[in-house]
Order: sequence, then structure tokens, then C-alpha cells
Amino acid sequence: MSGLALALRQVRYENLAFWRNPAAAFFTFAFPLMFLVIFNLAFGNEPIRIEGGRTVRFSTFIIPAIITLSIVNTQYTNIAMRIVFGRDGGLLKRVRGTPLPAWSFVLGTIAHATLLGLLLVVITIAAGALFYGVDVPTTTLPALVVTLIVAAAGYSALGLAITTVIPNADAAPAIVNFSILPLYFLSNVFIRIEDPPAWLDFIRELFPIIHTVRAVEAAFSPLTSGSGLRLGDLAFIALWGVAGAVIAARFFSWEPRL
Amino acid sequence: MSPTAIRVRGLRKSYGELEAVKGIDLDVAEGRVFALLGPNGAGKTTIVEILEGYRNRSAGEVSVLGSDPRDAEALFRRRVGIVLQSTGVEPYLTVSELIEQFRGYYPDPRPLDETIELVGLTAKRNDRVKRLSGGQQRRLDVALGLAGNPDLLFLDEPTTGFDPGARRDAWQMIRNLRELGVTVFLTTHYMDEAQSLADEVAILVDGRIAAQGPPAILTSGKQTRIRFRLPEGTPPPGGSTVAGDAFEIHADEPTRELHELTSWAVERGVELDQLTVSHASLEDVYLELTQPENGGGR
Repeated sequence: MSGLALALRQVRYENLAFWRNPAAAFFTFAFPLMFLVIFNLAFGNEPIRIEGGRTVRFSTFIIPAIITLSIVNTQYTNIAMRIVFGRDGGLLKRVRGTPLPAWSFVLGTIAHATLLGLLLVVITIAAGALFYGVDVPTTTLPALVVTLIVAAAGYSALGLAITTVIPNADAAPAIVNFSILPLYFLSNVFIRIEDPPAWLDFIRELFPIIHTVRAVEAAFSPLTSGSGLRLGDLAFIALWGVAGAVIAARFFSWEPRL
Repeated sequence: MSPTAIRVRGLRKSYGELEAVKGIDLDVAEGRVFALLGPNGAGKTTIVEILEGYRNRSAGEVSVLGSDPRDAEALFRRRVGIVLQSTGVEPYLTVSELIEQFRGYYPDPRPLDETIELVGLTAKRNDRVKRLSGGQQRRLDVALGLAGNPDLLFLDEPTTGFDPGARRDAWQMIRNLRELGVTVFLTTHYMDEAQSLADEVAILVDGRIAAQGPPAILTSGKQTRIRFRLPEGTPPPGGSTVAGDAFEIHADEPTRELHELTSWAVERGVELDQLTVSHASLEDVYLELTQPENGGGR
């Protein structure tokens, strides 16, 4: 069997295992929906005034943040956790002892996470449209799909990269959360900081989260004319992804760290 | 002499200043069960992991099924099955799903039912891994090592934590593998396991091989042990030594020395309680080599 076929097989077994743990599966899907509900409960779903005197419903306004959250969660957080737990539990070492090519294993893990992430985004948008009147992108849909794929690839690579600095499974949640939660606050995911001080703006522009929010936003914003593809932001996310991939390729460990 | 499955010459491995493996030679013939014995920290796992291709060596030559495991190419991986000491699997999959997943990694896997049967998990084939007992999980480990129909199987302490019944079953399983022509490289703490299963053993002490050969040859030439108890207050016969609450005679000529002992007892009207005569076991050889007071295990 070719490496690609083996990767597809990995996806199948990853998927089988994922749904066998209904509690974990449920909360993976409940997570972004919970944010959708909470944000709408907290801030209402009134039309808000944006640039150019236009208005947009609050739900449409916040859905890019929730989509970003979903993708980062399924790719970065989820992949980092799975890899570290698999590494500590000996699963990675066992797989390494078989003829399965390393890249087939890694691709299988990433592909499964990406499928979950995309499904999560579809469900989130659908729930938003159904219950909160979110405007579903039409002309900008291709741009949204491209954005999601670039983001999924980039955050997957970063998820692999962060495992190289996580010493053991016990430390994984703390390190992963520490690396991402502050950025959620700074990068218009949890709260929106308009007109930030120059230093804060400088810092958040260095990281990929705000670029992701912006690229997704372009697909939902009524101000967008044209395709809604924000190549600059996507290039920035891709650059981070490449850096992550290089670090992962160089320092990735298949065995528990001592 | 059958062809060689594993050939090691002058193998050394250092971790910084510490030299864990200090130059060993090994030959394992195809179709044999080979056991590597030694106390914890003797370097067993280091050697096995070098042979499996997990670890690089510092010096020496290693050939496993004609390949250098350092390269660990797909060809090598396809012919070798590995059962590590502690490994994880996806806990939510069933026994047959997992074996099926691993079978898929190999071009010519062992049939699913046969693999399950070999490790005695037929009754549990549709159970999730989470629900298996420790011994059953260990058998699943072995099944995953066998899924690819390997020519050579590494078993790192396969029966640690087993109850006696499960150990006997595991031994039978290893004998079955031998019948099928699989070469088995085993590490173990249990001397009876090595004595009962292995065609050849090597005893590793402090990074060196202290003894190597078939168990029967390693134990031959060792003294026979005559052990007995005496009623309290009875002075023991000459040539006996105290061993716990009993006495022992280490006999070079067991027939004559046993005769002398029983004659001595009959003359005095003394009953030799719990009298046993046993040949030296692998354990005696092992303890002699590894216990510090005997000059081993520095």
C-alpha cells in the first residue's frame, strides 16, 4: 500500500477511535457552540453599526472569532495533546516500529483533525444562521474555504511544533493553554480591543491568531468587495506554519522525553 | 548450523560518560528462541533497542536479518515484530480492530483470526482495549507484534506481571511461534522462563556478557545440591553448610555423597526431613554471576 493510502487508513482508525469516546466528541463540538450561545446571551444580537454607516448583526460580527477558535482548537490544541499523550503512552514508539512511514502517520493525524475542524466550522455557521441570523458567505465562500485550509495546515504544523517543548503529558494542557489563551484575549477572539496601544498592536500582529480572525472576517463582512481573500494575512499564517513544520521536523520525538 | 538471524560484534553504547554496553558479541540462529537475561540496569533494554533500530550504537557491528537496524528501512520493519516493555494503544478500539489496523501496515500480514488465536484472545476479540485485564493487554501487545507475520519477534519482558496460569499460557504461545519457525529474541527477569523456553541464553552483567550458551550447557558441570532438615539439636554431618533453616551439601559426586549422607542418618536414627536433590538451575548460575558477594554485578 502506498504511503498516501496508509495515511487515509490512519484517518479511518483515528475517526473510529474519536467517536468511540462520546464524551470527548461531544465536548469538542459543544465548545464553539457554547461560545456562540454565551456571546449572544451576553451581548445580545442587536445590529451594530460598523464602518461606512452599515450595520451587521452581532452574531455575524463574532462568528469569525468563534471559527478561529474552532480551528485553533481542533488543529493546534487537539493535535498537540494527542501527540504528547501518544508519545508518553508509547503509542508513537510502537507505530515507529512498524513499516508505516512517519509522514503517513503524521498526515493521517492532521487530516483527521482537519476534517473535524471543517465539520465544526460548518456546524457552527449552520447553527449561527439557523438560530442567530448569521449571514452565510456566498461570493466570499471560496475565500473562506481557502482561509480555513491554510489555517488548518498552519495550526497543525504549530501543534506538532509545540510538542517539541512539552516534556510530558502532565504538562501538556498547561503549556498549550499558556501558549494560546493570552493570544485569544489580545487578538479579538474573546474580547475585541479596538484602538489598542501601539505596543500591544505590535505584539499581536506578530502572532497568527489576529491574522486568522481577519482573514475569516473578510468572508463575513458586508464591507468586503471582491473575493474576500486576504493574501497578506494568509501568507503570514502560512509562514508561521512553515516555521512550525521546520521545528517539528527537526526536533520531533517519537519516544517519551526523559 | 542454521543461518544467522542476528549477529552482533563488539557492540558498545555510551550515554555521555557512562558506558552502558561494553563490547558484546551475540549470534542468534534463525528459528531459535534466544533469551537475554540480566539484572535491571545491566543494559538489556539498550541492546534490544539497538537491535530494533530505536537507538544508535556507539561502536560495533550489528546485523539483523541481514540489515543494519540503524537504517531501519521499510524492508527491515516488514520482517521484524516488536513487543516493547510498555506501550500504548488506542483504548477505544476493539482487539480485532487494532490488530486489523496493524495488519494494514504490512504487505503480507498474518491472517486476523490466526493472530487472535495465537495469543488466545478469541473470546475477547470484540472487546475494547480499555476493558482488557493487564495480562490480556500484554497478549494484545504480542498480537500486534505478530500482525505483520514477522520472521523475527522481539519480546521485551513479555510476562512481567502475569499470574502463574497466564505465564504458562504465554510460554505455550512462544513455543507455538517457534514451531512456526519464528525467531524469538526474548528478554526476561524470570530464570524459569528462560530455562523452559530458550534454546540459548546470554547473561548480561554490567554491560558485558558473563555467560552464553544453551541452558543445559550453562548448568552442566555445576554442583548438585542436596538439601535437608534435621531435628533440633542434631549436629549436622561434615561437609554440610547452613542454608536458612536447613542444611545443604554441594556435591560434585552426588551418588556417593547422597549415599554417605543417608548412611550417616540411618546409623544415627535421624530422619532427613524434606530431603531434596536438585541439579543446579539457570537461576543458580545467574545468581552466581550477578550477586555482588560472588564478584558479579559490580
